[in-house]
Amino acid sequence: MGTMLVRLLVLSALVSAACGTAPADTKTIKVGIILTYSGPDASIGEAIDRGAELYRTLHPNDLPAGVELQLVKRDETGPTPDVAKRLARELIVREGVQLLTGGQWTPNVSAIAPLATEAGIPYVVMSSGTASTTRLSPFIVRVAFTTWQHSYHLGKWTASNGMTRASTIVSDYAAGVDAEEAFVRGFTEAGGTIVSAIRAPLRTADYVPFLERIRRDKPQALFNFNPGGPEATRVIKAYGDLGLAEAGVRLVGPNAVVPDDELKNMGDAAIGVISASHYSAAGDRPANRTFVAEWKKAYGPDSLPNYFAVGGWDGMAAIFAAIRAQGGIIDPLRTRDFLTHWSNPDSPRGPMRIDPETRDVIQNIYIRRVEKVDGELRNVEFETIPSVKDPWKELHPEGTGGGR
Amino acid sequence: MWELADLLISLVFYGTAYGMILYLLAVGLSVTLGLMRVVNLAHGVFAMAGGYVTVTAMSRFGWPFLAAVLAGVVVVGLLGVALERTLYRRLYSAPILEQVLFSIGLIFIAIAAARYFFGPLAQPIDLPAWLSTRLDIGIGVFPAYRVFLIGVGGMVALAIGMAIDGTRFGASIRAAVDNRRMAESVGINVSRVFTLSFALGTALAALGGSLGADLLPIYPGYPNDYLVYLLIVVAVAGLGNIRGALYVALAFGITDTTIRYFLPDVGRVLILLLVMAVLFRHPHGFAPKTQA
Repeated sequence: MGTMLVRLLVLSALVSAACGTAPADTKTIKVGIILTYSGPDASIGEAIDRGAELYRTLHPNDLPAGVELQLVKRDETGPTPDVAKRLARELIVREGVQLLTGGQWTPNVSAIAPLATEAGIPYVVMSSGTASTTRLSPFIVRVAFTTWQHSYHLGKWTASNGMTRASTIVSDYAAGVDAEEAFVRGFTEAGGTIVSAIRAPLRTADYVPFLERIRRDKPQALFNFNPGGPEATRVIKAYGDLGLAEAGVRLVGPNAVVPDDELKNMGDAAIGVISASHYSAAGDRPANRTFVAEWKKAYGPDSLPNYFAVGGWDGMAAIFAAIRAQGGIIDPLRTRDFLTHWSNPDSPRGPMRIDPETRDVIQNIYIRRVEKVDGELRNVEFETIPSVKDPWKELHPEGTGGGR
Repeated sequence: MWELADLLISLVFYGTAYGMILYLLAVGLSVTLGLMRVVNLAHGVFAMAGGYVTVTAMSRFGWPFLAAVLAGVVVVGLLGVALERTLYRRLYSAPILEQVLFSIGLIFIAIAAARYFFGPLAQPIDLPAWLSTRLDIGIGVFPAYRVFLIGVGGMVALAIGMAIDGTRFGASIRAAVDNRRMAESVGINVSRVFTLSFALGTALAALGGSLGADLLPIYPGYPNDYLVYLLIVVAVAGLGNIRGALYVALAFGITDTTIRYFLPDVGRVLILLLVMAVLFRHPHGFAPKTQA
């Protein structure tokens, strides 16, 4: 009797295995996602991944019936183009993915871009803020932001709001130099004068000597760009220790200077810092309130989505929309064309759309100030620059030697 | 003129504060690497662990800052005892390469563990009000926290100097390191001395990590990011030169701060070239030549 039961069980298990676990008409769409899941920069990859996963979990019924999305995850371990390229090739050739996404680092995106072009696979870039990224392949669509969207408009805003003498201090790497150029351009166009410019090495332990110098230059605004994380905290500490705010030097910068989730490490020295971003966790929009609430439910009451997380969320939203629009049978060219015309009026960051000309994101840029609300520090949005296109591409049209 | 004097005072002050935090972090390494000759590249792990204990005691249990720092020092000191008894002990006679590999492995494990338990972000630390103000110390107005760092660093240096040079325990360490068998035969419990001095080294690391947590934030990459500075201090001072570590850390802090003020763009390279030049001239650092 006992053995009979076992045999029956084994038989039924074999039968169900042979039939597959899902109905025969299930169609799996494979999406490859390459991010940095380990090493010192894993926090960014984790934020993007969490944003993407949250969208997926909250929209289980948004794909056509019988269509299943499979995310094939690969860890590029850091800004390592060779690793990223190998992983992308493996995803395309061996896994047969129909879409690529991720795109945390510009150098890695640059390495993957030719593969996307060659294989004709759409590549949804969720981060990587270098302006020229979308020119690397006609299959790249970016839902993130560009450094120029933030820093160029922040420069204009700063000079038009009574701060006409500014110093800059940026981390000395490609993105920092890019941000410096963007800020200086916007700032001087609006009539400002740059007093001094410093490029600080990455992983500077103590920013005091640099800021001491700036204190003596007596600018009205200090523009900073750094890669975020502990670096951002170290800048703010030195800014507070030297009493620059009291000396009348206002710290301004893109969102990396005051990331939402780092604010609580920074303490009161961060109060009053002005920044430009396409996303703030404190953004007062219904879509964002829901997003933040769901995030806290999924990842703990102490965690906050940052501007990387919203890139993951919107990237997944775009991919879902592309699959839905084609009824689940996706074709690379149609997907690409759909994505380049994709828009989302109700993203947590506010309305956003893709510019069909440049395949880059058009979105609102918010000017925010760090304030203490209900006992915690927040980036409170107080001014909106609507529908911002990437200024760099407008200043460097394609074919005029602007590509880099 | 006054302007220049004011600038120099400010550079020396901030350089000293920076040097002190390097000293607090490095002096423990000077004990384990310098005196005990264990190439413990994982020294920063203990500093980070101390920092995590401190911030956790403060944020989770609401302990005051100084008590939390003490907790970090004690917990990590005990951790040092446990690790010495179980792991490091086996390495005393191992070749240097094995010690290096072992301690680098320990760094990777610690980074992964820190990420797992505390997440990837830097830990917030709420300094008490008396440390977050600015103090007039006669020569200028400076952040109280950095004045405090300089004070504590000075006291620690004094206490260690007296302990190593002037106490029986200090003499036992020096004896045990110089000639283990002779030390044993005159009745020194060498195994215990080694455990205690290793624990002292890790506890000092924890002190540096905890006290410095507001300047050098505690996050998983910590043991890697500051390792170079610690090694510079110990190498330039010379192995076993504990008092020298103070002078070297201060000189490094002040020089680095000054160079970065005047030449912000090349400061980082310049200070490393300077260290290289010093090490070329004095490959063994500035250690007193009396040692074997």
